[in-house]
Amino acid sequence: MTINGRAHIVGAYEHPTRKAPDKSVAQLHAEAAAGALADAGLSKDDVDGYFCAGDAPGLGPLAMADYLNLTLRHLDSTDIGGASYIAHVAHAAQAIATGKCSVALITLAGRPRSAGHSGTAARPVIADAPDSPWETPFGPTTVNLYAMCAQRHGHEFGTTPEQLAWIKVAASHHAQHNPHAMLRDVVSVEDVLASPMVADPLHRLDCCVVSDGGGALVVARPEIARSLKRPLVRVMGAGEAYKGQRGGEVDLTWSAARLSGPAAFAEAGVSPADIKYASIYDSFTITVLMQIEDLGFCAKGQGGRFVADGNLISGTGRLPFNTDGGGLCNNHPANRGGITKVIEAVRQLRGEAHPAVQVGNCELAVATGIGGLLGSRHGAATLVLGRE
Amino acid sequence: MTGTSSTRIPLRDGDWPDAPPSPESAPFVAAAREGRFLLRRCTACGKAHWYPRALCPFCLGETAWEEASGQGTIYGYTLLAREDPPRTIAYVTLAEGPTMLTSLVDCEPGALAVGRPVQLVFVRSRDGTPVPCFRPVAMDDLREPAAGE
Repeated sequence: MTINGRAHIVGAYEHPTRKAPDKSVAQLHAEAAAGALADAGLSKDDVDGYFCAGDAPGLGPLAMADYLNLTLRHLDSTDIGGASYIAHVAHAAQAIATGKCSVALITLAGRPRSAGHSGTAARPVIADAPDSPWETPFGPTTVNLYAMCAQRHGHEFGTTPEQLAWIKVAASHHAQHNPHAMLRDVVSVEDVLASPMVADPLHRLDCCVVSDGGGALVVARPEIARSLKRPLVRVMGAGEAYKGQRGGEVDLTWSAARLSGPAAFAEAGVSPADIKYASIYDSFTITVLMQIEDLGFCAKGQGGRFVADGNLISGTGRLPFNTDGGGLCNNHPANRGGITKVIEAVRQLRGEAHPAVQVGNCELAVATGIGGLLGSRHGAATLVLGRE
Repeated sequence: MTGTSSTRIPLRDGDWPDAPPSPESAPFVAAAREGRFLLRRCTACGKAHWYPRALCPFCLGETAWEEASGQGTIYGYTLLAREDPPRTIAYVTLAEGPTMLTSLVDCEPGALAVGRPVQLVFVRSRDGTPVPCFRPVAMDDLREPAAGE
């Protein structure tokens, strides 16, 4: 069984806030849900499937389902970090294809900015996590585990800090057109390299923003999608994968997107060369470079050359990416960037991206993400979406 | 790559965060207190692995402790030059095969390079538990391993 053509994304909403000290996390989830349902032209009572991940307050999906007072026949709280919401779209399509629900709501929200959280802080020790007794003393943080991947990539393939910086430069070119973006100034390669070194070779401007906010998506049966007034965005293919330390056979040069990407393209019946626009989770510049290689937009080791010289900038480059400014410039709500990747892909396919960054005749897009920690244990999810 | 800190990376003995205890790590800690560095190898498939587990991550066979050489090479690392004192987090590939998450200590930042030989050194966490770190070998300023653990 395939999900290709079995479900559509009918609603997408990105919360405009980037700092919300006076709102609860549940409230942000609910505001995002209301926004996505309004975008679809559906009501709360149409929802019969609910999807969320670890950013949702309370036990799994239960507290948010209760806060929203939903009537459900399908629940899913799969958590693979920031990639969860990309996987949720696929899971929603599977549930719809098998008749488990008809209208699926996916929400994400959080306020790490107001709470003062960042990726340079030590991660909370989870006592029963099997790796904790072996890794806690070394202070693994989000940024230093991604930095080791960048360092090793540079060692094996000659990838330079200048090449990584081009990814941020491209994101900033897009963010200048987004009035909600946290960082709207266009930056240069020199600006990135001149920003403070956080974890060698990653500079501050190689890192995503920390923002409050949220987002939501509504996925529905094709018959429902066709009854609505919005442009049709079809779920065509999906892939999901995981990679860890492999019992000590550590290899930091590839990500689980090497597995999730080809699976998504195969199900959709398309190849990377067919893709007009790519939303690529950009927790750090290296995250983008790794996924570009692993999805097959270029050969392994060629990512540095591929992203250089503006090749990711809409209108001039070969692979327009993250035209909202991405996590690097626009928004990274709940420190989880997956949902905004799907939202901007939907905007592009609908022709509703900012005119300055809208990709012409954008009929095929990919949204892909890495959740967790690229340098130790992470999940990947890839989604191929098409305009009808 | 572009680390420019010239501040020496210290041992930080007694200043490492404490790890949560586990029945699976207790024998490792006990041996480390005697200065012995253990890893686990499968009695069924014969492969060594890291981090140590009761069940083999390659075949789910039974595993057993063995003493390891403490020799390895740097697989990858990052220098956290903004921290005071500067710190590293690294992967070291052990002579026995597995690659482990660790820190590189007691060296100049310029001594760090992928492929560089390193030797185990136990440092102590805040509660005195041994922590397996590594220091580069064959350096001009190489000293005898710290007595400590």
